[in-house]
Amino acid sequence: MNMTMHSRWPANTARTWKKCLLALAASLAIGSAQAAEVNTTGLAVTDTTVKVGILHSVTGTMSISETGSVQAEKLAIEQINAMGGVLGRKIEFIQEDGASDWPTFAEKSKKLLVNDKVAAVFGCWTSASRKAVLPIFEQYNGMLYYPTFYEGLEQSPNVIYTGQEATQQIIAGIDWVTKTKGAKSFYLLGSDYIWPRTSNKIARKHIEKLGLSVVGEEYYPLGHTQFNSVINKIKLKKPDVIYAIVVGGSNVAFYKQLKAAGIDMTKEKPLVLTISVTEDEILGIGGENMVGAYAAMKYFQSLPNENNKKFVADFKAMWGKDIVIGDVTQAAYLGPWLWKAAVEKAGSFDIDKVRAASPGIELTTAPEGYVKVHPNHHLWSKTRIGHARTDGQYDVVFETKELIEPDPFPKGYQ
Amino acid sequence: MFAEYSSSELLSIFAMQGVAGLILFSVFVLMALGLAIIFGQMGVINMAHGEFMILGAYVTYLTSNVFSTYLPDFFSIYFILAMILAFITAGALGALVEWAMIRHLYHRPLDTLLATWGLSLILQQTYRTVFGPREVGVTLPDWLMGSYQLTETIELPINGLFVMCLALGISLAVALLMYRSRWGTQVRAVVQNRPMAGAVGINTGKVDRITFALGCGIAGVAGSAFTMIGSTGPTSGQLYIVDTFLVVVFGGASSLLGTIASAFSISQAQSTMEFFMSGSMSKVLTLLFVVLILMLRPQGLFTLKVRR
Amino acid sequence: MSLLLKSKAGIASLLPKKDLYGFLVLALILVVVLPLLLDIFRLNLVGKYLTYAFVAVGLVLCWGYGGILSLGQGVFFGLGGYAMAMFLKLEASDPESTKIQSTPGIPDFMDWNQITELPFFWEPFYSFGFTLLAIILLPTILGYIIGVAMFKRRVGGVYFAIITQALAAILTILIIGQQGYTGGVNGMTDLRTLHGWDIRTDNAKYIFYFLCVFLLFVCLFIAQFIRKSKLGRLLVAMRDKEDRVRFSGYDVSNFKIFVFCIGAIFAAIGGAMFTLQVGFMSPTLVGIVPSIEMVIFCAVGGRLSIIGAVYGALLVNFAKTSFSESFPELWLFAMGGLFIAVVMAFPNGLAGLYNTYAAPKVDAFFSKLFSKAAVNNSSPPTPPPAKPTNTKTESVSLPQGVVHEQ
Repeated sequence: MNMTMHSRWPANTARTWKKCLLALAASLAIGSAQAAEVNTTGLAVTDTTVKVGILHSVTGTMSISETGSVQAEKLAIEQINAMGGVLGRKIEFIQEDGASDWPTFAEKSKKLLVNDKVAAVFGCWTSASRKAVLPIFEQYNGMLYYPTFYEGLEQSPNVIYTGQEATQQIIAGIDWVTKTKGAKSFYLLGSDYIWPRTSNKIARKHIEKLGLSVVGEEYYPLGHTQFNSVINKIKLKKPDVIYAIVVGGSNVAFYKQLKAAGIDMTKEKPLVLTISVTEDEILGIGGENMVGAYAAMKYFQSLPNENNKKFVADFKAMWGKDIVIGDVTQAAYLGPWLWKAAVEKAGSFDIDKVRAASPGIELTTAPEGYVKVHPNHHLWSKTRIGHARTDGQYDVVFETKELIEPDPFPKGYQ
Repeated sequence: MFAEYSSSELLSIFAMQGVAGLILFSVFVLMALGLAIIFGQMGVINMAHGEFMILGAYVTYLTSNVFSTYLPDFFSIYFILAMILAFITAGALGALVEWAMIRHLYHRPLDTLLATWGLSLILQQTYRTVFGPREVGVTLPDWLMGSYQLTETIELPINGLFVMCLALGISLAVALLMYRSRWGTQVRAVVQNRPMAGAVGINTGKVDRITFALGCGIAGVAGSAFTMIGSTGPTSGQLYIVDTFLVVVFGGASSLLGTIASAFSISQAQSTMEFFMSGSMSKVLTLLFVVLILMLRPQGLFTLKVRR
Repeated sequence: MSLLLKSKAGIASLLPKKDLYGFLVLALILVVVLPLLLDIFRLNLVGKYLTYAFVAVGLVLCWGYGGILSLGQGVFFGLGGYAMAMFLKLEASDPESTKIQSTPGIPDFMDWNQITELPFFWEPFYSFGFTLLAIILLPTILGYIIGVAMFKRRVGGVYFAIITQALAAILTILIIGQQGYTGGVNGMTDLRTLHGWDIRTDNAKYIFYFLCVFLLFVCLFIAQFIRKSKLGRLLVAMRDKEDRVRFSGYDVSNFKIFVFCIGAIFAAIGGAMFTLQVGFMSPTLVGIVPSIEMVIFCAVGGRLSIIGAVYGALLVNFAKTSFSESFPELWLFAMGGLFIAVVMAFPNGLAGLYNTYAAPKVDAFFSKLFSKAAVNNSSPPTPPPAKPTNTKTESVSLPQGVVHEQ
């Protein structure tokens, strides 16, 4: 009989204890089975932490642009951790430097996926860096959250594109400028590589579809600094709109020289519409050189909704009160939140489950308002037109009524 | 292409294009003059030339900030002061670099290329650390903004005019220095026959140092002027080096006239071609044109006949 | 040509003991030690570094021995790399896998640029044989043209360096601008199979690594052969006193063209191996900055030592990867400092340092080991140490006179 075996406890208590122990064992078993379910592919997940990767350029020419993305991603991760993390686990990030060099991006992404086994990577900025890492993400089944507005023509199961693709940015902008400003002729200008060229192709097709005319199309090498000739050509052709997709250091030169040539953008003769100048770029260009230009983006720092006011305040609290926040920075901020939502919906960190859970995920707390993940891994979002002020910020003068559906392979525009 | 314009419109277009060409010419002259002096004197190409220019630009940026914070009334004149400061700073750094590094390498010009490239990397990272990786905006004083309306259709950008005057002024100053001053005589003596110049008592080391400092100082002024028309960031110096080197090499060593002639031809070729075809193609063609001519006449346009 | 064959008594003189040991140690490290020590990810990285070593070895011949500094080796690296990439891209663009494009059967970047049929100059790259031939011939032809234009007119030194820089800039702008034909700034990505055999698996990476090591040794042997032949001595003579060689009746420009083309071929082979191991090719490897970095690999290793070039490439790249992981900001300072240090403090690179400080001790050690005589150990039979390199007072670019046999 049990009672004779040195038991100090009365029988009921012993039975209760046994029940408790059994329950405990059962729940541990279930818990570890669940923990096993949460991570069946050997990702760097423990009971209290989960590792993610941040892959941007901290050095080199692209560091100018990518710094904002890094800051946004770190802010999001800190906020998520303050709320308890993802599936009860705190996020730890491993940051790697792409050094503005695409082979380095490829190398570091392999390290993050294969050696560090991160559960997600927030990174890249240029299309070239994304193209370099894409085969690696597809080969090792990782998930990349890519923040930049880009030319589309891509739809990978291993990437979530939190920035707009070309049709979202371009078509709404051209529609607005023709309806509201009565523009009839366009001069297309860009830096010479895939994003401006592809964007201008879409722009041209749409302009011609509307029955309007393109009076010139020019490309200058990345890093080009002398635009006086093309400014003369523009003066010659007298277009209603200069559609400018100039990138990087050339931006600064172009807008300064435009102003010096006597083209006052506030007079809107011609009107300047750009898709490549965010608040970050205006820091380098100078607000007084950019005033009067229009930009088509999905996000501006001056958006008046409550989400954005809080976001801007938090961002400035973390990174300095003089900081500016551009479209890509906000899109980078969305990345960790979208990932968290997908993981919690799937109940697991497994990439395949996260991928299956992503379409349909909505974020109502996004600084740009509301976004939803489309099955093609892009985001439904609104497009806005901003009017540049002298202080380097934009006044939002137009917002599409509806969310625009992302269409990375637009029929009839290819 | 020109059918639908009246002759007066065409005239004004060509005039403006000519002005654009002249502005480009002045830019090239400013960029290349400093380097040409160093190259002619010592046969070294300073790969960190772009970074010296950006140093001038950053000095301008700092000056503009100081003035707008503490001396807003004098803001309109800060630019002149900034250029002087840029000249002094860049020149001082140039002298330091020459003393620490370049003078040990005079007999190895190829190694100087590498060493100055290393210097450019260090300077770039220094700028990035001190000023941040983002480009900084330099506010121009009002009198430099906008354009000057010559006729109804011809407009001259004021900063373009400023750059042209600056280029002219600096070229004249350098020419005067070279041909009318004592230092200039010494420089020319050392260029023509270094051992002999040393033998007659010229301190070749000091001449070298001052020349290098002067070349870097001019680069600083050029960078300061370029804040009006270009970007100022840690890597902005890289945008100028290919053009600058080609202008200098094309012009031939030890000849100011060569540098000016080469800057003129390259800038006119580029701006004319830019007008008629796309930007990338014109850049490629200009570079090819220069390389081909260099292959036919490798010593450049103007060279000094020297006994070696 | 006959100068190549006029070497002293055959193969034995090709590899004097010192060189033989150097080769053996390198072979040991590359073939045995590293594959055992490193996982496949890091080994693949070493393979990538070795592709830069090809360029560095070529530069030792051109620059260290020939006195021709080319700041545009990226051009040849890119030629070889793009040739291989074009072949692999065509293979990856068969009509079956590209059926979602508007024009299946052509590379994806052409489709995005609304190109509807394969440009004529892409057609030959369907053939592997042609691709291999192109990797060797294209750089030779380009190198020959440049060489004839420059060396026949006695352009050298700084002028030549700047012109090669301009060429690198031109090619970069062309590639980026003609994105329909070349993939533009993105480069050619997503390369998958070579004759049906997947190049992205770990097995494939092992095979490519050893292939790369093998080809590197072939190049090293060729370089060694040139060094030891009469041509090698002529190169050194040309580098130091060109006029005297000319007065002796040799056509200096022909030798310069020859060695420049050899450097170009080596670089192109490196480029092709890069494409195979890394899986893509982009214009960032063609321009000015990577070309100058390739020179620093050569300089760090020792511009007179072909084995040093390999070590230089490996070490600088190792440093780059580890620094950029831990201290990305410091890396540029370190690299800039390295450039300056190599030029000023140890112009003969690691090989020079080794010869001055380590070699005598190593020789002493080995002689003691192999000497059978137990008696005469008081007088160490060490060969006299190498002349310490005298840089400050030399009036030519490198130590003249007797080049120390390494």
